[in-house]
Amino acid sequence: MSLLSYDFMQRALIAAALIGVIAPLIGIFLVQRRLALLGDGMGHVALTGVGLAFLVGSTPVPTALVVAALGALVLEVIRARSRTAGDLALALVFYGGIAGGVMLTALASGKSSTALNQYLFGSLSTVATEDIAWLVGASILVILVLALFGREMFAMTLDPDVAHVQGIRTTRLGVLLTVLAAVTVVIGMRTVGLLLVSAIMIVPVAAAQQIAGSFRGTAIGAVVLGLVCSVAGLATSFQLDVPPGPSIVLLALAAFVVAALVAIPLRRRRNQHPHADSPTPVHDHV
Amino acid sequence: MDDSTPVICCDDLCVDFESSCVLSNIDLDIYAGDFTAILGVNGSGKTTLMRAMLGLISLTSGDVRVYGADLPRFRDWQRLAYVPQRLHSAGAVPVSVHEVVGASLISPRRRWPRRGDRATVTNALELVGLEHRRKDRFDSLSGGQQRRVMIAAALAKNADLYILDEPTAGVDAESQERITDTFRHLQSEGRTVLLVTHELGTFASLATRIVVLGSHTGVGSKVLYDGPPPVPEHLSERHWHHSEDVVPRSKDPGLLEPGNSA
Repeated sequence: MSLLSYDFMQRALIAAALIGVIAPLIGIFLVQRRLALLGDGMGHVALTGVGLAFLVGSTPVPTALVVAALGALVLEVIRARSRTAGDLALALVFYGGIAGGVMLTALASGKSSTALNQYLFGSLSTVATEDIAWLVGASILVILVLALFGREMFAMTLDPDVAHVQGIRTTRLGVLLTVLAAVTVVIGMRTVGLLLVSAIMIVPVAAAQQIAGSFRGTAIGAVVLGLVCSVAGLATSFQLDVPPGPSIVLLALAAFVVAALVAIPLRRRRNQHPHADSPTPVHDHV
Repeated sequence: MDDSTPVICCDDLCVDFESSCVLSNIDLDIYAGDFTAILGVNGSGKTTLMRAMLGLISLTSGDVRVYGADLPRFRDWQRLAYVPQRLHSAGAVPVSVHEVVGASLISPRRRWPRRGDRATVTNALELVGLEHRRKDRFDSLSGGQQRRVMIAAALAKNADLYILDEPTAGVDAESQERITDTFRHLQSEGRTVLLVTHELGTFASLATRIVVLGSHTGVGSKVLYDGPPPVPEHLSERHWHHSEDVVPRSKDPGLLEPGNSA
């Protein structure tokens, strides 16, 4: 295949596959917590990390990882310690992040807005070999944390009060989820871009939940869609010579539209036979 | 903890919201084996008191001890099951009935599923008559059915103390009877139940102790009555809106001793 004959495409495909799997796994918890825009906020904070890396001459991926994780902690502290509402705290971090990123990039000598654009919208050619090691490491970390705490996160997002009465440390888990979202954003910044990475966290979940009947089903569907859209979007980007971020996100949005259309007759059938499998009649009058 | 130690002990508990006093100097002990119903009109602080007992809201002053431990240090949460009025995030992402009940089995001590969890969930759903809906989306159920699923989630936990917030509101009469029978069985096993409601309904036959909360303008809710059922006529629902009388708390030791369940 000509696509895989290029080294940079092999690296880009690995990066795209990683974000395609990881992003929806985190996104489903954000959607359940009604924090769908958190990834956007973390993307803007990561931009400050990229600007800082430009300024000091370090590698952008690890620098952005550290800055985004710190930004996640600051966000949670603002939310917990002040009287600031969640969306307002997110907005404060959001604005600070993008302003910091642009300012630091402007101060860095020899870095133009073109360099910043590669991180904002993704780029096929900029995934370096050393980036792959960071991205694989970060992805393994996210999967291990989810394996360890994923079920507790599910209980927390279902109802934090009930989870508290089960002994689950909901505040700590909330911070952990925000940090995981920050790490995921950095995993996706080389391929999808910081401005659009939140979409690959949320849109596959929105598409899968149109059809799925359970949290597990939604998670599986979202991961499959995320992986397919990321890899297919990357291939489309290669063929059309456009940035990969918009291709991946537009494919995911197309999948959402298809899923929404497929869901209409399914929903209608459910409504016509709401208790088709019920051996006993339902009498509730609510 | 010996048998005479209350499972929950509220000592001079006060809760303010936005400098407005909601609960004022509440002293209340819940004993093992009791079926205690906390009654009061809307806004009388019933749910606030229950949330304070569970550590879900901050106390302005006072202490809560659960199974002998100060609430912030209490770790034995497996002994408690809580049924809220509604699930916080229901509907954001589809969740099946099975998953809602199964979530009650998750805790820091049970991070991974165990063999038998599926049967536990199915048995709990059978107790509320909804095992045939286990694969359905939780948000596709009626409000009453959703409450039955939340009760099943609490039952799956096999706890010693059940704390229920308006568990049968919107539930049809037949299902209320079924749920009442389930809690009658739990009561016969010596489990403790703390019910918060504005109407006892079918639970009236189970309640061994009634606590009525009432508010007096500007001073927060206090305990207006604490004693055996029935609710005194002057504090019954049609009167308590206008009540200004504070009935001294029952000092009958027989009422407060553990194992005095009906």
